[in-house]
Parts: sequence; C-alpha cells; structure tokens
Amino acid sequence: MVQAQALKQGDTLLELENVHMYFGKVAALAGVDIQVKKGEIHSIIGPNGAGKTVMMNCINGLYSPQKGTIRYKGQPINQLKPHLRAKLGISRTFQKIELFGGMSVLDNIRLGRHIHMKSGILSGSFYLGKTKKEEIENRQFIEEEIIDLLEIESIRDKTVHMLPYGLQKRVELGRALALDPELLLLDEPLAGLNLEEVEDMARFILDINEEERWKVTCILVEHDMGVVMDISHSVFVLNFGNRIVDGTPAEVQGNPEVVKAYLGEEDLYSTRR
Amino acid sequence: MSGSQIEITKDLTIPKLFLRQCRKYGKDKVAMREKEFGIWRPFTWQDYYENVKYLALGMMELGLKPGDKVSMIGDNRPEGLWAEMATLCAGGTAVWLFQDCMMDEVKYIIDHSDTKFFVGEGQEEVDKALSIKGECPKLEKVLWDDPKGMRNYHQDFLVSMNKVQELGKEADRRDPELFEKTIEKGHGDDVCLLFYTSGTTSLPKGALLSHWNMLTMGRNLMAVDPCYDTDDFVSYLPFAWIGEQMMSISCGLQIGYTLNFPEEPETAQENIREIGPHVMFAPPRLYEGYTRQVQVKYIDATWIKRKIYELGTKVGYKVANLRFEKQRVPAYLSIFHWLAYLLMQKKLKDHLGMSRLRHAYTGGAAMGPDHFRFFHALGVNLKQIYGQTEIAGISIVHRDGDVKFDTVGTPIPETEVKITEDGEIISKSPSVFLGYYKNEKATEETLVDGWLYSGDKGFIDEDGHLVVFDRSKDVMTLNDGRPFSPQYLETRLKFSPYISEAWVIGHERDFVTAVMCIDYSVVGKWADEKKLNYTSYMELSQKPQVCDLVQAQIEEANKDIPGPAKIHKFVNLYKVFDADDEELTRTSKLRRAFVEKRYEDIVRGLYGDDETVHMDTTITYEDGREQRIKTDLHIRKINV
Repeated sequence: MVQAQALKQGDTLLELENVHMYFGKVAALAGVDIQVKKGEIHSIIGPNGAGKTVMMNCINGLYSPQKGTIRYKGQPINQLKPHLRAKLGISRTFQKIELFGGMSVLDNIRLGRHIHMKSGILSGSFYLGKTKKEEIENRQFIEEEIIDLLEIESIRDKTVHMLPYGLQKRVELGRALALDPELLLLDEPLAGLNLEEVEDMARFILDINEEERWKVTCILVEHDMGVVMDISHSVFVLNFGNRIVDGTPAEVQGNPEVVKAYLGEEDLYSTRR
Repeated sequence: MSGSQIEITKDLTIPKLFLRQCRKYGKDKVAMREKEFGIWRPFTWQDYYENVKYLALGMMELGLKPGDKVSMIGDNRPEGLWAEMATLCAGGTAVWLFQDCMMDEVKYIIDHSDTKFFVGEGQEEVDKALSIKGECPKLEKVLWDDPKGMRNYHQDFLVSMNKVQELGKEADRRDPELFEKTIEKGHGDDVCLLFYTSGTTSLPKGALLSHWNMLTMGRNLMAVDPCYDTDDFVSYLPFAWIGEQMMSISCGLQIGYTLNFPEEPETAQENIREIGPHVMFAPPRLYEGYTRQVQVKYIDATWIKRKIYELGTKVGYKVANLRFEKQRVPAYLSIFHWLAYLLMQKKLKDHLGMSRLRHAYTGGAAMGPDHFRFFHALGVNLKQIYGQTEIAGISIVHRDGDVKFDTVGTPIPETEVKITEDGEIISKSPSVFLGYYKNEKATEETLVDGWLYSGDKGFIDEDGHLVVFDRSKDVMTLNDGRPFSPQYLETRLKFSPYISEAWVIGHERDFVTAVMCIDYSVVGKWADEKKLNYTSYMELSQKPQVCDLVQAQIEEANKDIPGPAKIHKFVNLYKVFDADDEELTRTSKLRRAFVEKRYEDIVRGLYGDDETVHMDTTITYEDGREQRIKTDLHIRKINV
C-alpha cells in the first residue's frame, strides 16, 4: 500500500513511464510518457481511437498495461486494483454515463462516499451511534460541498434515468467528487451537452481545480478545443498510441504536427462554433 | 396580533418599526427561514437585527449618506432583505432590479437613479455591475454575498458583505449608539423606495415611495384581511415587484410573520409545499401555471382518479357559483362538498402548498374568470388586488364572501376611488407616491391635487365594486365600430393547458385573429402519446395535428365569446413570447406595439388570403450567437 504523503503545488502527482497497452496485436498505447503536476488541469486530446480512454483506464486500474510504470505520488501503482486506487484519491467520470439509473441523485452521490465509510456491518444494520454520526457527516459533506457546488438542489430526490443528459453528467461528476479525490479523471465531460451546459460544466471544473476547498488535479479527455485551450494548464496530444506533443495550450496550438494529425488543415478552434 | 393594532404616525419609519419588532421578539421568535443545504435554517429577530445593524453601519463606513441610492439585484434570500433594510436604516433609498434584467435596463436604472452602491448576490450580478461600472460614474462600491466563483475578483471597489459587516462591527465598538441614533433621525415622509415601473410602452419610470406610503398601505390591507405573527409567508417573487415588497416589508414587518426563502428559484414550488403558507400574493401567471399543472396531472391520472376529480370539481363549481351569487348552499350540497373536500380538494391543495392558505391574492395583470372559478371551486380563497407601484401596490381588494370574478373589489380603508368623466380610474390615499424621480412632466400628468391618475379605464358597479377595463390603449374596436377586449380573450384562451401565450389582434380590422404559442412541455407530451415525431418547438408548433388541437381549444373558447370578438383565424408562432426578446414586460405583460411591429408579416398573413406565412428571420441568443430561422407558418380559419 502506498503511503500518503503531502505534495506541494507543482510536484509530480502522477507519472506514466513508457506505458504500453496491447489488445492482441494492436498497440493502443505505444510507450507513453506523461507527468501530471499537482494542481494542474492536464488535458489529453487526440483523434478518435488515439488511445485516450485506454490511458484513463490504465490510470484508474480498469486495464493493466503490459509494459511500463504508473507512479502516483512517486510510488508505483501498477499492481493495485481500481478500488485501492480510488482509496488513494483517484476518482473518475465516464465517457458514457455509468450511473445507477433507477436510484436517486442523492443515492448515486452517496455511493461515491462509500469508500470513506468506516462503521461495520453490525453498527450499520441497527443504525447505531457510529453509523449515525458518519451518515450525518457524509450527508453534510454531500449537501454543503457537492450539491451546492454543482447547483443540483432541485433534483436531489429525482431518479437519475428521468433526468436530461446534461444533468446526468453533472450527477456523475458529483459522485466522483464524493470520493473527495486528489486526482480526478474526466472522460469527455462535455460530450453531448448544449452550449449553456458546456459553460456550466467548464465553470465547475475550474471551481474544483481552483477553490481552496477542493484544489483537485484534473486529467481531462475532451474534444471541445475551445474549452480545452481555455482552461488547461498543459495539453497532451496523443495519436495512435504515441505522444505527439505535451506542452502549454499555446505550444500545442502552434505545433504543425498537431494540426496535421489531429485536425487536418483546419483551425484548432473550429470544432465547435 | 393583527397589523391594524400598530399605530402608524407620520414620525414612524420602516427602520423604527424594525427596531421595535426586534426588541419585542428578540431571540424568541423566528423572523425568517432560508432553505440551504437541504435544511430550513431559521434566523431569529435578534439575528435579523444584528445582520442589518452591522451591514448598515458598514455601509455608512464605506460612505453611504442619507438620501443615497442603493441598487439591489439577486434571488430572494435573507441577505437581500438585510441589505434593503440596512439601506433604509442608514437613511438611504432602496432600488431593486429584476434578476433577469437585460444589461441595457440595468445600466439605465443604475445611471438614472444615481446609484452609489450596488448589492449583488454573487458572480453573475457582480459581472453585470463590472460591465457597466465605466458608464455609471456615480457608482462607487459593489457589494456581494455569495463567494462562489469570486476568487479571482480583486478590484478595490468590490466588497463582500462579510467585510462590510466587519467594518460595521468596528464602527459599533467606537460608537455603540450610532445605529439607533441614525434610525431616530428618520421621518415618515422620507423616501424609502425608488421603484422602476415596467413600462409596456416607454422607458421605465422611477416612482418615489415614502415610509408613510408603505406603512399605511400595509396597515390598510391588514385591516381588511388580518394576518397573525404565527403565520408563514413564502417570499419567492422578485423583490423588484411592488407586491413582494408589500408582503415582505410593509405587512411582514407590521405583523411579524415569518418569511421563508426557497432554496433555489427552481425549488420554490416544492418549498412552498413544505411551508404551507397562510397568505400568498402572486401575479396571474403563477396561478395560471398551477391550473395548467393540475389539468396536465388530470390528463395523466388513472381512470378512477379522473372520475373523483371530475365529481369533486363539479360539486366545487356548483358551491362556488352559489357563493359568487351570494346564495345559500343547500344542505345536501354541503354534504357532497364535504365529501369532495375529503376525497379530492384536501389532497390537491396539499400538493399545491395551499392547505393552510387563508388569503390568496392576485394582481398586476388581468386574470381570466375561468382561472378564478377554478380556484374557488377548489376551495381556495383567491381574491383580486388592484393597485399600482405609485400607490405602494394596492388600493382595492375583494372582501371575503364578496368576490366577483369580473371585478377587482372595493377600496381598502382610507382610500378613495373615483372615475373621471373620461372613465379613468383615479385614487387618493395616504399611500399615493411622492412623484417620479427626475421626471417632473410625468409627475404632473399622474398626480393632480393629490389624486393619482392610473391611466386605466373602468367603472364602479352597483355593488360598489370597481371594474377595470384593460389599459385604455388596449381596448380595441373593429372596423364596424364594435369594441372588444383583447386581454379578456387572451386570458380565456390561456385557460387551455396546451396554450402558454396568446396574442389577439383586430384593432381597426374586419375581424379578430390570434397568434398562439403552444406550451412546449404539455403539447410535447401530448405528441409523445400520439406518436408524433418532432425535433423542436418550431416543428411541433406547425404539425397539422397540433394545429387541430389548438383550433379545438379556440373553438371551445369561441363558444362563450360574444359575436364580434370571436376569433376567425389563428396561427401558431414558432417560439414563445419572451421578456428577453422585449415581447413581454418583466411582469409578463404583452408589449403589443412591439410584437405588432416585429411580426408584421404574420399580421399581414392573417388578414390576407394566403394559407401560409413564410418567416425568414434571425434570432440572437443571450450569449450573442445568432440563428437564422426559416419556416412556413400555417394559417388556420375557424368557422364561426
């Protein structure tokens, strides 16, 4: 088990070193290196099939790369199961919503808090002192920190599958935050949202990244170049499992290889608008 | 305790009364509640006192002088009310802006009112202030209370309410009597509110109201319908609307009832149900919304529930009609009525949050008789209020047991109402305003010898009730000289759950026509059930089946409409009228002159021989994006 250690802003929080991931003969990731600094929003962009989601899945433990090392706070985590990585503070949302449709918004978010529950089965069965105290603390955290932040007061008791897509995306972010993460993996959080919802979501991501209360490091996989270039500190460009460039938004936008590989000859900003 | 027991003198001001009530109730009574983080959080009168005191002293520290204007914008929340009360305590004048005001309106009001301090809720409101700061040189400080998203704002003139209150605490330590002394200086004739009236035709005018105006109005309303300090009131309509000021400030303070603020505007309906208010005042639009909600639920309900509802309302309507006619309800009907109450009304009223409701008022615009009857059939004591911002909100109200749905009631105490030779309604009372701010000409036209000229036409009927015609410019005549009232027709049409807005045309024309806006969610649901495909409001509105549906609604309404006013042709509009597009005022009144100009092609189509109108127009969204709209609107003829 990795010992938690305090990192300063700007220290390396997560590192992928020469990571290879094959599906049969197909190389989804062919020796990827990336360093994610604490406190930044690090975006990963690339055309469809470039391996972005595979990278996310390797980081949170859904996939085990055949080669290479993944270090979190300096310690290798390759061998850890996803739930143990979650315990370390790595949380994520999914490209296709993976919520429990039949449950309420509140219950879905509560589920993300489960990992922090310490009281035992006996205490839980009879709702004894310890469980009760924990429940109240968790509810307070969810209400004051998450529901208020994401402005979902009006839907807290609604069943998830009844909600419009944009709100479901928000609930999924809420569940990821319930874990109180240090590193948040956001897999296409803006896909399928309308303009107003995109603006809201971008604002939430900035809040989570910048607010004193949260200060969460984010890895963002996203196709909306306008938002990516606006809010990211660094942008990593992936194509067929290879890194093309990793730098500031300005560096990436100016890189001719990126323009050619990812966007053809078009302007980087032309995907939306 | 009822409000009429408080003695209102010329020396009394709202802050003096505030101080008196805070001393009386102190820590023992809840003054207001706000739902936050899913819980109702109470504030006692002592909390109210402290928050207002430090805020007022802090604002004075920042340079607020008596007579200075403070503009406020934001959702209904305790902080908003504290800021208003603090302004009044410091001797300032409060100005409220509608939360959804467009930028040029905000700029006009801030500039015209000579606002010195701007109080916004959070980032959104602060952004509004920042964007106009350069053009409003008199604006000195911008205050805010919600820290969310404010971490990157460092301008010197931005001050958080916490910071202001800290300044206030320091000032209080230096001079512990300063707050009370400042309040003592006030006089009932001082200006307390500068309220901008939403003009249907021209730029907003700023009405100046004194403490005396506001307090006497509250006293006189409470003399008619007493309230008690154990009552609950839900404050969720914009503070910029005089009706909300009247209930939250004038009446609220005199009675000492508890104000409840919803969690978010979207949760208001749910929160009203949780509180179950005793008194309610809302514009017709809200009651229309309730009616629609019930009608839609009825359509969705199971067979047995529908039957019970039908029987319940039938009995309800019978009893309500007898009561309207002031006839005795026979014993057998009373028993049925009691059954209807048990089986249907009780449950339904609970769902609408109306279980404990003693008085429900509507005002601000005309309300159709159908809606009126609907609520009385449900056992809700809905009454009309008539008044203007210029008379502190109210001059006329229905009395219990004397409700006539085509009138607005009789004058409240100390109020005289007369009809001029031209048929204009004029009134005189202690609540008549002081004049318009920086607009001598309009003041002279409106205030003559202490009489307030309303611009409304009407007459007093045999029972002494006032009947208000539409705004005089809205009474229309057909080419053959027969008059008709478009507003009346529109309210009739809007009783259908499928119709959200209607615009009736026909002035100086051969016959009456209408432009209809369907209710997207209700018609959308209806279309789902009929397996009709659609992708947008525009497409849905032009489906032949939807046109049939709307036609059926109009034919139904036409049955009760007198000959000349029957609607001959209609068209479904491709969008809903919107205040952001200047088609409606902020209080949801239709701006006829504007829509007539904007949709002149449609009007021409309605009075031509074509069966379609081609629309090719560009709409601009709030964020500046533009979209070109190209569509054909179908014109339907109705056999009358």
